[in-house]
Amino acid sequence: MRMGILALAFLILLATPGGAQVPSGGAAKPAADSAKKPAPPPGPGALSVPNLDPFPSTYTPFPSRPTVIRHVNIFTADAPLIRGGAILLRDGKVAEVGVTVNVPADAIVIDGAGKYVTPGLIDTHSHLGVYAAPGGPAHSDGNEATAPVTAQVWAEHSVWPQDPQFPRDLAGGVTTLQVLPGSANLIGGRSVVLKVVPSRSVQGMKFPGAKYGLKMACGENPKRVYRARGPATRMGNVAGYRAAWIQAEAYRRRWDAWLADRKGDPPARDLGLETLAEVLRGNILVHNHCYQADEMLQMIDIAKEFGYKIRSFHHGVEAYKIADVLAREGISASLWADWGGFKMEALDGIRGNLAIVSAAGARAIVHSDDPSGSQRLNQEAAIGMAAGRALGVKVSEEDAVRWVTANPAWALGLEDKVGTLDVGKNADVVLWSGNPFSVYTRAEKVWIDGALMYDRLDPAHQWHTDFELGYVPTTGRGR
Amino acid sequence: MLRQLTRALVWGGVLPLGLAAQTVAITGGTVYPVHGPKIEHGIVVLRNGTIVAVGANVPIPAGATRIDATGKWVTPGLINASTQLGLTEAGGTAFSGGYDDRSAHGTKGVTAAFDAWEGVNPASAFIIPAWQDGITSVLVHPSGTLLSGRSAMLDLAGGTVDAMLIRAPVAMMGTLDPAAGLSQSRGEALAYLRELLSDAKVYATRKQAFENNQSRAFGASRADLEALIPVVTGKLPLALNVNRASDIRAALALAKEFSLKLIVTGGAEAWEVAADLAAAKVPVMVGAMDNIPENFSLLGQRQENAALLRAAGIAVTLVGNGPGDEENFNVRNIRQEAGNAVAYGMSWDDALRAVTLAPAEAFGVADRVGSLQAGREANVVVWSGDPFEFSTRAEQVFIRGALQHGTSRQDELAQRYLHGKPEYFKP
Repeated sequence: MRMGILALAFLILLATPGGAQVPSGGAAKPAADSAKKPAPPPGPGALSVPNLDPFPSTYTPFPSRPTVIRHVNIFTADAPLIRGGAILLRDGKVAEVGVTVNVPADAIVIDGAGKYVTPGLIDTHSHLGVYAAPGGPAHSDGNEATAPVTAQVWAEHSVWPQDPQFPRDLAGGVTTLQVLPGSANLIGGRSVVLKVVPSRSVQGMKFPGAKYGLKMACGENPKRVYRARGPATRMGNVAGYRAAWIQAEAYRRRWDAWLADRKGDPPARDLGLETLAEVLRGNILVHNHCYQADEMLQMIDIAKEFGYKIRSFHHGVEAYKIADVLAREGISASLWADWGGFKMEALDGIRGNLAIVSAAGARAIVHSDDPSGSQRLNQEAAIGMAAGRALGVKVSEEDAVRWVTANPAWALGLEDKVGTLDVGKNADVVLWSGNPFSVYTRAEKVWIDGALMYDRLDPAHQWHTDFELGYVPTTGRGR
Repeated sequence: MLRQLTRALVWGGVLPLGLAAQTVAITGGTVYPVHGPKIEHGIVVLRNGTIVAVGANVPIPAGATRIDATGKWVTPGLINASTQLGLTEAGGTAFSGGYDDRSAHGTKGVTAAFDAWEGVNPASAFIIPAWQDGITSVLVHPSGTLLSGRSAMLDLAGGTVDAMLIRAPVAMMGTLDPAAGLSQSRGEALAYLRELLSDAKVYATRKQAFENNQSRAFGASRADLEALIPVVTGKLPLALNVNRASDIRAALALAKEFSLKLIVTGGAEAWEVAADLAAAKVPVMVGAMDNIPENFSLLGQRQENAALLRAAGIAVTLVGNGPGDEENFNVRNIRQEAGNAVAYGMSWDDALRAVTLAPAEAFGVADRVGSLQAGREANVVVWSGDPFEFSTRAEQVFIRGALQHGTSRQDELAQRYLHGKPEYFKP
């Protein structure tokens, strides 16, 4: 991985408590409390120096109490199923997990007999907030379809925190989402990783420390949207990606040279190239919408040409055709269980996709791209598992749990924080009413950072967005 | 009606090859006939495409081919009552070379005479995956707005549209929901619908005057009015997509005014007007996975809808209202709808009924499909377990008595790439 100066600065920023707003190199410290000071210095952006975190996360975990769930079956996503085990959540982390755990005196103790625990589910492909409900042009904020390369846009600036789809996702056991720009563009802009929590602002939902993603798109969508002005063909698409990366590499070199000694005026800032340069430095992860196997193989070559990595192919209905390559290249595949047929590049979708990719040793991920499917990632995984078994592919329930937890955590670069129930990980936990691969099972309780965020059996623990007030009948249990 | 009768008689003569002409006895399984209680260690006897006996102690005819279903679940073939199977594939004609035959070009949103099923492609690659998951019959409906055309019920075997038809038409389809693309406001749509229904009544009694140009101007074409005659005479159901509670009430009022045989589709907020629907004995088709207030007609939709309607005594059919695949590529996922309905409060038996006998009754084909009883088409599925569970497979699927065999395009693709880089041919 290439590490430029900005990358190091980024890491330092993350490690500085409350220091997220400090621009790289400490060019200017924003005033902590400007009320009494007569002439505040200009904001870091005004200095034309890249600010790596201009919209910092303001998320803080909700209040929590030590919680023990015991006599419960636990899929840790990192070990075989623990039958009749227990887990202790304390101070927002997984404190203990095993056959038994210590029960602190002040702990809430939940009997989980007959039930299951998994890590909170993670959806790598969501448009919640950027295509909010109710739908329509008023809420259609996911595709800046005004030019084929719009690396300058950030999905978070379109996220409506009052999208009623958020609490429904939470009720489906989803605790972390990547919200992406749409797929109209070759390069659609930055994604944002959110915790599925109520907040007045998108900043209050942002997963602290999560890397940004870059949305890229192959195939039919860009060439259809831009056929009048180009790209109008797949070869036009590829020329478009390459032209953008050539510019980005020049920009990166210019800036890295300036940052090395900071002599003279900084180069002019370009928001789009800034994002692309961060990809080249390895600080932003590439999420590439791509259906066809042949196009994925070409995108891999483009990534090698310019020295970046593709973290995940999204949709990948033909991923099963190149499962060995995905495994070799270390690229995850964010897939539907069984979508296909709705357009030419989706024609070859098969239900065995997840299982074949998984069995080949690549990281298979169930993604949704759909506010309904996102609520049932466990059911989608069950479809994929059953299809694999029907093909004679070995898929364990433990594997399928990883498709919705550990593997998407890796795709978002959050594998050290979430995605498994290893001790020390964030206490993002779902208690399921039964085996999560049964159609009859529902998420019963959902914790994020140890705080109970959803309880199907307690209306007081069910979040209703502003939009829903007075419009959506509250129905007591569930929705 | 004559055409329907003819078809009903004819299909017996165009049976698929294979087991159809033989006698088959499915033995030892737990049989769910749907119209009655389940039968442990039941026997289902099929002959010449028809069910001839179902029970615990029915005699097995000599020479019958026996299917041992011990430990298995045996149900009628499932019915997906909201599909456009065979009407579109691979996107539209213009962009992909695929096809899209879902809608007709009418005026003011009326294409009542459009018989969508006539465009069904019996060779669609999506058909085999549907029956592989135990769906043996589908309703094929048109797309459109105010009155979009007529729908038909088809079996997923037969090779030609005529052979596949169970009955056609089975309903006139329409919508009163502006969010579904209606070009009129609610009030205008209702007024226009009343005009059309009135015109159809007048036209039905004054056809000759119309032909002689001695009639007042009607609000729709002759063909559309002709198509509406069975609707206004109460013979053909009018399936109206209505979601907002007030729209459902408007549909009920319209049905009362014109003595229509109404079926409510969409039905997002039907649970809020369950008492009215029950009193009017109107069947309702809803999904079990819809809970997003996607527009102001759908604010109240919730996953308990089906269970609440059933509890009110309403005949509930479960359908997929999802992002679109549920009507084509994923017609098979009606099983998941049924399972989710149970997860949200519907009884298992009611959920099975909601994907078998309930749609058959709503669309007037219960004499042919939807239950396991003598005289019905031999559409029977032997399942490895609970048909709604993802881990369950449809092990044997009979359509009109014929055990279905076949490899889907998806199967072929999976096999080709199952073990890595394929050999495309052997040199």
